[in-house]
Amino acid sequence: MTDYIIRRLLLFIPMAIGIVVVTFCLLLLIPGDPASVLLGQEATPEGIAALRRTLGLDDPWYVRLGGYFLNLLQGDMGRSIFQNAPVSEIIFDRLGATIELATVALVLAVAVGVTLGVLAANRQGGIIDTFTMLLAQIGISMPVYWLALLLMLAFAVHLGWLPAIGRGEPLPTALAMALTGNPAPLVDSLSHILLPAASLALNSAAIISRLVRTSMLEVLREDFVRTAAAKGIRRGPVIWRHALRNALLPVVSVIGLRFGALLGGAILTETIFAWPGLGQLTISAISQRDIPLIQGIVLTFALIYATVTLLVDLLYAAVDPRIRLR
Amino acid sequence: MTATSPQAAPRGARRLRLPKPLRNASLLIGAAITLTIIGLAIFAPLVATHDLAQMDMPNRFSGPSLEHLLGTDNFGRDIWSRLVYGARISLSIALIAVVASAIIGTLVGLISGYFGGWIDLVLMRITDVFLGFPPLVLVLAVVAVMGPGLMNVALSLVVVSWTEYARVVRSTTLTLREQNYVQAARALGASWPRILFREILPNSLGPIIVLASLGLGTAIIWESALSFLGFGLPPPAPTWGWSLSYGTRFIRDEPWMSIISGAAIMVTVLGFNLLGDGLRDLLDPRQQTRGKG
Repeated sequence: MTDYIIRRLLLFIPMAIGIVVVTFCLLLLIPGDPASVLLGQEATPEGIAALRRTLGLDDPWYVRLGGYFLNLLQGDMGRSIFQNAPVSEIIFDRLGATIELATVALVLAVAVGVTLGVLAANRQGGIIDTFTMLLAQIGISMPVYWLALLLMLAFAVHLGWLPAIGRGEPLPTALAMALTGNPAPLVDSLSHILLPAASLALNSAAIISRLVRTSMLEVLREDFVRTAAAKGIRRGPVIWRHALRNALLPVVSVIGLRFGALLGGAILTETIFAWPGLGQLTISAISQRDIPLIQGIVLTFALIYATVTLLVDLLYAAVDPRIRLR
Repeated sequence: MTATSPQAAPRGARRLRLPKPLRNASLLIGAAITLTIIGLAIFAPLVATHDLAQMDMPNRFSGPSLEHLLGTDNFGRDIWSRLVYGARISLSIALIAVVASAIIGTLVGLISGYFGGWIDLVLMRITDVFLGFPPLVLVLAVVAVMGPGLMNVALSLVVVSWTEYARVVRSTTLTLREQNYVQAARALGASWPRILFREILPNSLGPIIVLASLGLGTAIIWESALSFLGFGLPPPAPTWGWSLSYGTRFIRDEPWMSIISGAAIMVTVLGFNLLGDGLRDLLDPRQQTRGKG
């Protein structure tokens, strides 16, 4: 196991370096001189020269790449062009909201996806199976932004059950307050997060349900399931306890990958529900072409994603001995 | 094995055996939907009932009628005609992106799988890095620096889509490389390009076609997402994403414009996904033998 952990950790390094290089290269993709493009029509030659110096554009690319690396190692992502603040600070302020949204969505997606997948696999080809897989197909084809809109229309505009936009207290804070006898903020936070998280989760729930179903169908054909049934254990416990535990293994690694999709999807949901996270920041950074900020955001997203994938891989190895022996 | 080995299934490869009643229906319905939409896009000038730019302010936000099949938008423009032309934009961007991704990814996968060794190692590490970004984030970042426009949007989609083909083709190549007929071709002195393109590639086409069909759906979702966020083709291009997004300004009183644009996106994507799943059952023998029943 230690061997596997070390090997997996070592792989993280070239991955992280690759991510940084790609992020750095974004700047090289800008057609023409980045400084004059960024400053737009009314740029003065002095302004352009100054910005070129700030962005370090006068040095050869390898010096800039090296400098970029060194700065990153010290936690310095550069300064935002328009907000006049360190990129890392701006991002850090928004990070919590996005992680909260993506995590709640992931929990929802796994809960719904696993339940539906198991129910579908229970009777292959039956009514529930056909109906669930039809639902999953629609869920996969549903654009996040459209679903978000429909949910908002139904539950916020027409029924008025849930707030349409904004965020309550951060969930951990609200939870702490609830534990000390003040549940109101928690209710408020949950009511705010429900719609964005649900619309973000649907896609992943659909994909997970299909995976769980396939995986369950395979496991249900295994001998140990027949043995358990032959011993007279009822169908329910056989499925939920014996089979599901094995069927979930391949699903675990996909859950890590889904987190990446959720982070990306959060950009869309946050825009629609005015959720004050990284997604909203991304949109404003792109509209202003604030390149250092865009680079910082891309890098942050990628590193969170890489870390989650790493954790999932380790978790997977801990659960399934076959992996670490390979 | 790639180094991130526990992830046996590449991203987006949804292992699946559809329930029987859905299996053939998938292919048929998928083909029907996609062919209809492709037809509408090709013959847009014939099926559109109104000039795209023709505004009719007194009649804005009118519901569906004989005059306006799907009603009118915020400027009183005919929604049906705009959707039909919007299909042209979405489909052409998706097609360019998917074809380019398939070509790049297939080449990388063939070379990586056939030669193995350090070539494989380097190519797969690069693939991993691109897979390491949340896809939509990378798409947005590329468009952000390159600016909007048809080719830039397509390019941004290629940046995130080619990896899937690379991984799938690599794994089929690894298997096919050891097959007798490939060994025989090699023994006969066939050159490696010949082996790759005449022996291995034709036998990898099944999975590539399946991925491409699913990829068209994904590309349409992302292209519309870009237009939705305001980074796709700028107006007056009648993109579905723009209509959906602009409609949200009137969502409280006149939700129709947004709803119908979103429905167009969803139906199209659903078509390509159904087609892809149906084709998978038909074309991809590895998927068919996987289940034991």
